[in-house]
Amino acid sequence: MIISIASGKGGTGKTTVAVNLALSLDNAQLLDCDVEEPNAHIFLNPIISDKIPAYVPVPEIDKDKCTYCGKCAEVCAYHAIAVIPANNGKKGNVLVFPHLCHGCGACSLLCPADAIKEVKKEIGVVEVGDSGDIQFVHGILNVGEIMSPPLIRQVKQYINPTRTAIIDAPPGTTCPVIEAVKGSDFCILVTEPTPFGLYDLKLAVEVLNKLTIPFGVVINRSDIGDDKTEIYCREHNIPDLMRIPFDREIAELYSKGIPLVKEKKEYKTGFNNLYKTILKSIK
Amino acid sequence: MKICITSEGNTLDSLVDPRFGRCRYFIIVDSDTIIFEAVENASAAAGGGAGIQAGQLMAAKGVKAVLTGNVGPNAFQTLSAAGIDIFTGITGTVKEAIDKFKQGSLKAEAGPTVSSHSGMK
Ligand code: SF4
Ligand code: SF4
Repeated sequence: MIISIASGKGGTGKTTVAVNLALSLDNAQLLDCDVEEPNAHIFLNPIISDKIPAYVPVPEIDKDKCTYCGKCAEVCAYHAIAVIPANNGKKGNVLVFPHLCHGCGACSLLCPADAIKEVKKEIGVVEVGDSGDIQFVHGILNVGEIMSPPLIRQVKQYINPTRTAIIDAPPGTTCPVIEAVKGSDFCILVTEPTPFGLYDLKLAVEVLNKLTIPFGVVINRSDIGDDKTEIYCREHNIPDLMRIPFDREIAELYSKGIPLVKEKKEYKTGFNNLYKTILKSIK
Repeated sequence: MKICITSEGNTLDSLVDPRFGRCRYFIIVDSDTIIFEAVENASAAAGGGAGIQAGQLMAAKGVKAVLTGNVGPNAFQTLSAAGIDIFTGITGTVKEAIDKFKQGSLKAEAGPTVSSHSGMK
């Protein structure tokens, strides 16, 4: 069973839901796929037992073999290669821009001179460990790196099918989010009952509908804002799974890195019920 | 000598487009005869790598100097690899830019003047 937690925008309480849900279940695994800014570890303090560097393949050009034909630059959909043809007796040049490369392999496959080989470039690290009974995995993208989907894929390779895997997805509705949530049995969308929150929620709903992943909504800070989110969910038959009110105490716990369910036991029941609702809805 | 000015339109009276990779037109002109060609920039709205594409186009067209507002690091690297001189901070019309170039009062840039993706707005 894989449950992903997403939100159309950042700062809605996605990590709070992911961490507390994991802490409320018996056999959970938490995978923090928000690799640009992983923060679930702050609340879970896992003991990391393994660090595995993550690589993507990038092309390396053998300039002795290269004929500067330009084929590689032409096929690269991401413009990660530039070929400067030979000119007036001056030797040509091939430039690779590794940070633009998606590692698709098209260039090396199509190079007529067999001048391209793939070398590994490190983009980040996957860390695996334990926090109490929870198995913990997260990815940390190197600073300046922009290709998070390959790292997210590598984090997800550690999904343990014998556990309830909870994926903390990156915020937003772009490629990294899709990479993180795809393959989930259910997705929890965390939102706030404000006009901005609703706007982003609608975008996220569109993405999940396209991916045909069943989903429901958790409304955080449910007593601020308006009732438009509630009405939207009702009109679109989106399960309104749980509400977390705005509460000074919750905010304080958050700022200290203390998970909600550790201090406020009633939330443990709440998150347990959330889980049961999810189980029922996907049956 | 062949030079290229990034331009908002396709004539010599058009204004210089300050973006290199995402300019509307490349005016490629022979600085001696003033015979020019206006090439529409196919990458103006592309995803990443517009500067790299533009740099390769310059090399393919045999351009020796580029006059524009700003260049990012990818474009700079591509143009330098092709041995093309880069003049930035150019404003006014294309024609004025050509005149300044011919007077020899411009100084070539030694590094990129903006960060990646800054033309993407
Ligand atoms: S396709 Fe191969 S031979 Fe052609 S320019 Fe690229 S690396 Fe060189
Ligand atoms: S591997 Fe794919 S993305 Fe990377 S340079 Fe080659 S063609 Fe471009």
